[in-house]
Amino acid sequence: MPTNRSIPTLSSEKIDVRYVAKLARIALTDDEVERFETQLGDLLEHVNALAKLDVSQVAATAQVVESRNVERDDEPTPCLDRETVLAQAPQRQGAFFRVPRIIAAD
Amino acid sequence: MEITERSAAHIARDVNGGTISAREVTDAVLAHIDAVDGDVGSYLTVLHEHARAAAARVDERVKAGEKLPLAGVPLAVKDNMCLTGTRTTAGSKILERWQAPYTATAVERMIEAGAIPVGKANMDEFAMGSSCENSALGVTKNPYDLSRVPGGSSGGSAAAVAAFEAAIGMGSDTGGSIREPGAFCNLVGFKPTYGRVSRYGLIAFASSLDQIGPLTRTVEDAAIAYEAMAGWDRMDSTSIKRYVEPVSRELRTDLRGLKIGIVKEFDTKALGAETHAVYEQAYRDLQALGAELVDVTLPTADYGLATYYLIAPAECSSNLARFDGVRYGLRVEGADVNEMYEKTRAAGFGPEVKRRILIGTYALSSGYYDAYYVRAQKARTLIADDFRKAFASCDLIAAPATSSPAFQFNAKSDPYSMYLMDYYTIPMSLAGLPALSVPCGWVTPPGGDCEMPMGLQLTSPLFTESLLLGAAHAYEQKTKHASKHKPLLGEVPVHRG
Repeated sequence: MPTNRSIPTLSSEKIDVRYVAKLARIALTDDEVERFETQLGDLLEHVNALAKLDVSQVAATAQVVESRNVERDDEPTPCLDRETVLAQAPQRQGAFFRVPRIIAAD
Repeated sequence: MEITERSAAHIARDVNGGTISAREVTDAVLAHIDAVDGDVGSYLTVLHEHARAAAARVDERVKAGEKLPLAGVPLAVKDNMCLTGTRTTAGSKILERWQAPYTATAVERMIEAGAIPVGKANMDEFAMGSSCENSALGVTKNPYDLSRVPGGSSGGSAAAVAAFEAAIGMGSDTGGSIREPGAFCNLVGFKPTYGRVSRYGLIAFASSLDQIGPLTRTVEDAAIAYEAMAGWDRMDSTSIKRYVEPVSRELRTDLRGLKIGIVKEFDTKALGAETHAVYEQAYRDLQALGAELVDVTLPTADYGLATYYLIAPAECSSNLARFDGVRYGLRVEGADVNEMYEKTRAAGFGPEVKRRILIGTYALSSGYYDAYYVRAQKARTLIADDFRKAFASCDLIAAPATSSPAFQFNAKSDPYSMYLMDYYTIPMSLAGLPALSVPCGWVTPPGGDCEMPMGLQLTSPLFTESLLLGAAHAYEQKTKHASKHKPLLGEVPVHRG
């Protein structure tokens, strides 16, 4: 179907694996950075085929079947008890999950 | 016929009729698992005690007069589904020691229907893979040739059912993870319409695509399992409030009056002469059963893989953010909280999971969101529209399930060649359609010394599971491809009838 609109192209720049890994909170070794750079670059090349599709007049689909907001009455219902949940904690302190310091000391 | 080889329908009939107890069935299956699973590796955890206790409960219910559709049926549960008090790992080191504190709705419903979970089945880590090789916790082999993969990601569930270590396997399918291992292991692998089966208690991979379904040795068993697990659940807001037809009582034996679409873009000639011949024969068999074959076109289906490998990683990067070492699972200590996150996730996730999280994070990151993620969502619309248009001229679509039979271990060394395994199954997933794979013949793979099974994929419009399973049943009953070969388990004694 012909269209006058220009089709935006996908990115052809190299993926900055170190930066993306930082966003994803995954520590990578130098070897992994190198390997993922190549592999993700290859995948992005395949994915860039989507640039050939004219989607200028197309709505996005987040989910295929009928969906609507689902609400329930604001009434408490039974849930997992605290001990069951905390029993799986890597580290706990009383009724809390214990984590390393988040806010710097004064 | 040995107990372990009986269909789920057969076992339930006998247990309900009192000619055998759930306990006897369970003991036979557990003994068989103990004999063969060292070679096959279907299970990450075998639930000896849990299964015997569940069998005792089923026997009590039957004695009290209940008729249970899955009475005493041994069940393999994919290890991304929660079952209270059992280790549930998703095939990942990050959850290696996690005990599920609750039970997934779909599993709960199978148990309520009388099924006995006998083990938690191996899988590609977080369901990302097509061979089970991405499991961080074990190796699963194809029972029809132990040098080959069982498929994935539901490879453990498939291998378990193929090796008679369960009568029904529960799998989850995001882009083909039930259908592909079904095809590789000579089984029926059935993915219902998105939203038909509750995802509550299924460890999320890509939430807009994930769907639970059965792997079975017969279409009838798939129908019975589907009836037990499907239906609205208040714990999953995407589950559909819609009547679930009693499909197992409506299984057809012919295809008269049905139009079946053959997809122009899915030319099987490129798949090699033997595979091409298998699919050509399958289409002729559909015709012989009374179906009218029509040509349909899915012009955007070729973009399925590219679309999927943006949407699924994007959703996974968000879903897997919860594995941060704080509340459950692995933690590796660090100097501060960020270092703790980074080290935990570095040690806990395998390479494929890292790749997908990175791709997804990239596709969702500022500046790339519209170019990648939104564009993929729009392509998804086009793919779903293609199917809608095709179904205007046919009732069902027939296609290959996979481009080849099961391959050997380490045969797909670069990630993209593995992704290609899902070429034929991904478009249906993106469109949310019900789809299944049913055994359709055998081919000898290059370098192989025995025939391996192939699967025919059938798909139909949203919510037409009844039509789909009925058609698959007619095809199965006429062709009986599955019964041509038995699993080869080397020197291991297989309980045969």
